[in-house]
Amino acid sequence: MPEQSPENGAGEPPFSFPSDAATSTTATITRIEVPDVPEEDKVKKTLGPVFWIAAGWVGLILLLAILAPVLPIPSPTLQVKDCGQPFCNRLPPGPGHIFGTDQNARDIFSRIIWGGRVSMSVGVASIAIGLLVGSTIGIIAGYFRGTVDLVLMAISDILLAFPPLLLALAIVSFRDSRTAANVVMAIAIVSIPPIARLVRANTLTFTQREFVLASRTLGASHLRVIVKEVLPNVMLPIFSFAIIGVAIAIIAEGGLAFLGLSVQPPTPTWGDMISFGAKILEDHPHVALIPCAVMFITILSLNLAGDRVREYLDVKDSVL
Amino acid sequence: MRLLWKRLAQLVVVLLATTFLSYLMLSLLPGDTADVLCGLGCTPEQKAEVRREYGLDKPIPLRYGIWLGNAVRGDLGTSATSQVRVAESLRQRLPVTLELVLYAEIIAFAIGIPSGLLAAQRSGGIFDRLSTTFAFAALSAPPFVLAPILVLLFAVTIKIFPATGYEALDPLTKLQEGGIGNMLGNIFANLRSLFLPALILALAEAAVYLRLLRTDLISTLQEDYIQMAKAKGLSPRRVLLRHAFRPSTFSLITVAGLNVGRLIGGTLIVESIFALNGLGSYVVTSILKRDYIPVLGGLVVIVTGFVLVNFAVDMLYAVLDPRIRHARAIA
Repeated sequence: MPEQSPENGAGEPPFSFPSDAATSTTATITRIEVPDVPEEDKVKKTLGPVFWIAAGWVGLILLLAILAPVLPIPSPTLQVKDCGQPFCNRLPPGPGHIFGTDQNARDIFSRIIWGGRVSMSVGVASIAIGLLVGSTIGIIAGYFRGTVDLVLMAISDILLAFPPLLLALAIVSFRDSRTAANVVMAIAIVSIPPIARLVRANTLTFTQREFVLASRTLGASHLRVIVKEVLPNVMLPIFSFAIIGVAIAIIAEGGLAFLGLSVQPPTPTWGDMISFGAKILEDHPHVALIPCAVMFITILSLNLAGDRVREYLDVKDSVL
Repeated sequence: MRLLWKRLAQLVVVLLATTFLSYLMLSLLPGDTADVLCGLGCTPEQKAEVRREYGLDKPIPLRYGIWLGNAVRGDLGTSATSQVRVAESLRQRLPVTLELVLYAEIIAFAIGIPSGLLAAQRSGGIFDRLSTTFAFAALSAPPFVLAPILVLLFAVTIKIFPATGYEALDPLTKLQEGGIGNMLGNIFANLRSLFLPALILALAEAAVYLRLLRTDLISTLQEDYIQMAKAKGLSPRRVLLRHAFRPSTFSLITVAGLNVGRLIGGTLIVESIFALNGLGSYVVTSILKRDYIPVLGGLVVIVTGFVLVNFAVDMLYAVLDPRIRHARAIA
């Protein structure tokens, strides 16, 4: 089926990339010459200013989200009454309320921060669960191969045959109450098959390496080989994938919220704020555009950070 | 040929598995289907009657078998809330979603392929760096973020595209009614009304295509036969288009097929923004109304379509790359 994309097989792309071959040859050559000038290599490998700006933004959003209950900001669900007018709805951005207010006279700045709480916690929690379950499945399938691999990958293929957002939608509608936990569960389930496939592909390449064979020959148990030899090698590339995964999960949560299928209102979510603001886009564009901008910058930052980490860890661009 | 049969067998298995899983998921829903069908103020006796009538008292595999038997004959049941046949609703809505996905793919290719070619031709140049930056930004803008911005720009500030609504494509009737001019007018109005939704879906795809094509082209351009072509004195343009392009499109095509899934996810959102009556909005409104027979119908049609697209891509892949077709002969 379609999932037999480049990442399949023994981790080697089905067609030859001459550039890869070229770089690996030069790498071997440099490695031989390197001992004299080890500093040069270290200088080249930094995360760069882009990473730190991106990480700074994500850190800021995280910090504000964590501190939301103790910050001196208006309630995200109650009407603002301190604007000196009888009705405080649809206030433009200004000194009192820096992002203005929405149709229901709720402070947008405060809703952004509280919405970030939902986005960030759903994003991180669902990817954490997805990684835990997906990596376990992937390592078991890739390490033991055979029937286990066949069955696990068949299940993941079937789940991958569903468009992701649609699958998340179907799972969310399972539950009567739309709590954050249910949304996390839905996104986590959707994230498991691709993570399992990725980890399996990485595991396959490492289980064929000499150090695994050496460990087995020395009498190490399967569990020890997996934990001590395979896991550290497999998880390093997965780490950069996890950062981008959080961005994907935040997009998924936003999509569900936009359709009215994420956490129950009046709990603010960015997706719900965009969908609510879009109703008065023509006359009061700030109500929709501010959450749009915040969401865009956050996703961009996560993608940039993940990309930089991947380059830093020098992982091949095999997954897109 | 053997490859084709093997893939066909796989296709049938996957379709059975996905439809069964869809059926299972929606059967296990906490809200009892009988409650919805029976309506408010339903007595336990009436509910039991409804259960018998709709066969809800039978075990799930048997119910799935019956459902599948009906489904292959085109009967997907009836909506509990609107009393309209699901197959009929789907037939009306399918063309909208189909056109949207196709339109988006065409725009994505129209943007992604030329930019990929240009970027790879001078990798590291100004166009390359600009386009890769734009691609990165486009990948970080999901449809629901992009939509308000583009609507504000194209439908509110400069009013060149409508913000909502859809002009149905019906060229043949229009041709009979008012001749060629009327038909062309209808096609133009249709393409115009769907342009913004399609563009919103297309931008992220275009970014993916650009990046893939660029990477693959850059590595293909280092092959020996490209050196050979250059040494023969062929123009760089000819080398790029005639020698490097085709072998660099394999991962592009695979990903284009896989990403139809993401496009479909996008149609769920775009259809709701632009008030388009497509499959996506049908499934979403049915979920919100807890009307699960239409949800199942819509889900199955969408998943089947997605699986078929990927089957087609798999086959196309074999046609494009002789190495796959002849793999068995060599081995």
